[in-house]
Amino acid sequence: MTQSVVVQVGQCGNQIGCCFWDLALREHAAVNQKGIYDEAISSFFRNVDTRVVGDGGSISKGKICSLKARAVLIDMEEGVVNEILQGPLRDVFDMNQLITDISGSGNNWAVGHKVFGSLYQDQLLEKLRKSAEHCDCLQCFFIIHSMGGGTGSGLGTFLLKMLEDEFPEVYRFVTSIYPSCEDDVITSPYNSILAMKELNEHADCVLPIDNQSLFDIISKIDLMVNSGKLGTTVKPKSLVTSSSGALKKCHKKPFDAMNNIVANLLLNLTSSARFEGSLNMDLNEISMNLVPFPQLHYLVSSLTPLYTLADVNIPPRRLDQMFSDAFSKDHQLLQADPKHSLYLACALMVRGNVQISDLRRNIERLKPSLQFVSWNQEGWKTSLCSIPPVGHSHSLLALANNTCVKPTFMELKERFMRLYKKKAHLHHYLQVEGMEESCFTEAVSSLSALIQEYNQLDATKNVPVQDLPRLSIAVSLTLPCQCSGVISAHCNLHCLGSSDSSASASQLLFSLVTLLDIPIPHVLEQAVHFVACTRHFFFQVFQ
Amino acid sequence: MSIVTVQLGQCGNQIGFEVFDALLRDSHSFQGLCSKRENEAYQTSCKERFFSEEESGVPIARAVLVDMEPKVINQTLSKAAQSGRWKYGQHACFCQKQGSGNNWAYGYSVHGPRHEESIMNLIQKEVEKCDSFSGFFIIMSMAGGTGSGLGAFVTQNLQDQYPNSLKMNQIIWPYGTGEVIVQNYNSVLTLSHLYRSSDALLVHENDAVHKICAKLMNIKQISFSDINQVLAHQLGSVFQPTYSAESSFHYRRNPLGDLMEHLVPHPEFKMLSVRNIPHMSEDSLAYSTFTWAGLLKHLRQMLISNAKMEEGIDWQVRPPLSGLPPLGKMSLSKDLHFNTSIANLVILRGKDVQSADVEGFKDPALYTSWLEPVHAFNVWKTQRAFSKYEKSAVLVSNSQFLVKPLDMIVKKAWNMFASKAYIHQYTKCGIEEEDFLDSFTLLEQVIASYCNL
Repeated sequence: MTQSVVVQVGQCGNQIGCCFWDLALREHAAVNQKGIYDEAISSFFRNVDTRVVGDGGSISKGKICSLKARAVLIDMEEGVVNEILQGPLRDVFDMNQLITDISGSGNNWAVGHKVFGSLYQDQLLEKLRKSAEHCDCLQCFFIIHSMGGGTGSGLGTFLLKMLEDEFPEVYRFVTSIYPSCEDDVITSPYNSILAMKELNEHADCVLPIDNQSLFDIISKIDLMVNSGKLGTTVKPKSLVTSSSGALKKCHKKPFDAMNNIVANLLLNLTSSARFEGSLNMDLNEISMNLVPFPQLHYLVSSLTPLYTLADVNIPPRRLDQMFSDAFSKDHQLLQADPKHSLYLACALMVRGNVQISDLRRNIERLKPSLQFVSWNQEGWKTSLCSIPPVGHSHSLLALANNTCVKPTFMELKERFMRLYKKKAHLHHYLQVEGMEESCFTEAVSSLSALIQEYNQLDATKNVPVQDLPRLSIAVSLTLPCQCSGVISAHCNLHCLGSSDSSASASQLLFSLVTLLDIPIPHVLEQAVHFVACTRHFFFQVFQ
Repeated sequence: MSIVTVQLGQCGNQIGFEVFDALLRDSHSFQGLCSKRENEAYQTSCKERFFSEEESGVPIARAVLVDMEPKVINQTLSKAAQSGRWKYGQHACFCQKQGSGNNWAYGYSVHGPRHEESIMNLIQKEVEKCDSFSGFFIIMSMAGGTGSGLGAFVTQNLQDQYPNSLKMNQIIWPYGTGEVIVQNYNSVLTLSHLYRSSDALLVHENDAVHKICAKLMNIKQISFSDINQVLAHQLGSVFQPTYSAESSFHYRRNPLGDLMEHLVPHPEFKMLSVRNIPHMSEDSLAYSTFTWAGLLKHLRQMLISNAKMEEGIDWQVRPPLSGLPPLGKMSLSKDLHFNTSIANLVILRGKDVQSADVEGFKDPALYTSWLEPVHAFNVWKTQRAFSKYEKSAVLVSNSQFLVKPLDMIVKKAWNMFASKAYIHQYTKCGIEEEDFLDSFTLLEQVIASYCNL
């Protein structure tokens, strides 16, 4: 079993992280009735004998003594982290896992990235190495941060490069909170775009989320809970926003409900890796299946159900409703509509009492209304985990690699350009050592390239799928008892039919010679011509 | 002679458990349709093939469990121990901490070489326990990372280390509409490698078994457990003992060898599939009676019309009339009508088995021209009934059954390959585009060979 380390950066990152640890403890308490430290818990927690001073206290088996989170908390202001350390979760964190400063980053990416990055580089490295050493087999770093501020955005992305260099084998999953339209930080477009470049280059997988979507989901739940429709009562513990039963019972903070949603996302994402099921899905499978090209690693997520009604019997219709909801615009954690955009890949991670036939039935049902890219028409990755989340009998997390992220990026770019054209607030950035205008231009062009990739994919959306010509092989077999069959491989010269659309007209010539082990009378050697117009086609010749 | 089973990955281990359980349960379920002496001979033969004995008398499966992450193996071991009737050997498993991530290249190029020695040692220990060793039965899926990639690596190693032993790979064909997005790549790579190093590939398609659960067994909410049990039933009815040379009490000693001899006459044609009849839920069983004539008639039509189960058979399909020229090259674009066979094996178990008439299977029109029916068709029998079925028949066939599914997988993989999607995940572990092209070529050739029968 593998372990993961959570790195929470900045105010937003730490607040979400706090909710996450709370819920993680709750989930494990519900599953692990006997208090034995098992492999499932060890994926996020260490078991420590607190009587032992220093490092030697780790216990690997047996009863749970004291659980410590595998986390590194980073903030350039003290407020949030101090609050955590004075709250009910203080025992879960090790004092050695924190890095704080006093002055804050002033919502300035450059300060977070360049100033604090270089200032705390060694300390960061040391804490990260320590947390990695405590792991038997470290598989993944989960980074939680916001894009619009200074610390989460700047220092958080500085970390990414460091993690890539220092731990190249370990996956980097980033949960990024993108600024909504009504964001009150003026410079959030600058911070976000500068951070995006780093995400493009150094993250394995990004889960973009925005506050507006979270807020809409909360409103929807409140409506449901308060509407008092006849016969529907919502189980309080089942709210995806609730933290009832969790340690923190303090006054509800404004962002608590929204943060709980993100915390649930992370728990469900890792559930199939931690708990047993009939079709397991590990974290490395997420990257393998959902990232067809290294740059396109942005996954839109949706969680269902948002609440459970108090009716005990769940008829299949309601189960099917859970699947339908996962694809609706209202349930996405980003302002995006995957149903009307192009899917590159989709993962369905199911928890609880759901079997393979339910899954298949729903895939068959929903497939016709979704558009998949031509080379991945059956692009579904599925997993079944037996343990449901707390308060539910089943749940579904859908991760979509879909071109519906494009509008978010385009809008961000527009807001950026509005500021940048007027050079508004630019001096705050440029006066930081190491920052130049080229940082900005490079960041924008990186984003533009990404948007262009999505555009190209969208262009293929309604084009009918054509089967590509296959290798054609002539086989003549003499009588089977004379095992030496003479096989000649023909090479194949094909031109794909000229496409009418002027935008992406590309003829493809390929010819192929392959030799098998059996001796061949005449070897055909031909040069290979390859014409690559789009990124999609390119072949080589082999001896 | 004994068979050593190697279970690889989540799928392999989950199925392996069901297979051993089914074998032992059948071995202990005496129907009273044959003599007691007969039954004891059957039980002894079954035990010799699949189980070794411990001092406490609890049979231990002759199996090696391999997975790259611990959850499934732990579950499998505990389920076996809980059954009370049998268990796995204490040190028969190999486990790591991190899985293969659905990456064939990772299973084959990274995990394989890294753990080669440990895994081969485990297998060797198991082989040494056998008094006389028949061969390997390797259970794996094609869609994932460990079963497929590591499975291909292990099979290759077995070929090198045990060149005189037989290897049969039980491979699970994934659902058509995706369990894993890169399943077509993984399948293409697995099949091409296995074609070179394995002796026979026994294929089960998830879609087909799913339909059996839905239509024949009437299960409403089908779980993987249900699917695996159907599979185990089919495998059990193939591998349980049968008479040698028509005499009672003497059971065949070399099941794998006999299977290969009868079913794989030419190395170009290695893909075998299984059809069994009857198959139904226990409740229905109580109300059904069977005749050999009826069972065999249905089974023959299932063979000819490429039906996956006994419901929905297309009775319009007929073999070509003899004297007319053969049907010419089979075209994949049209509906496959007639399924030409290379070799067939029918195994009959149960009451009055000596009276069963299998002449229908000896019709030369069923077979390709380069093999006489007397060589192409074989029948094995035993009076000992299997599981709860008074009479049951299973057909293991080397025929055009799998051409269409294979073609489908190659087509989808090729489409994806043309766009280069996901290739970076494979190249970073050492599988280059060349390797893909080699695999495609080999499989196109296999498809062409089967089409030309």
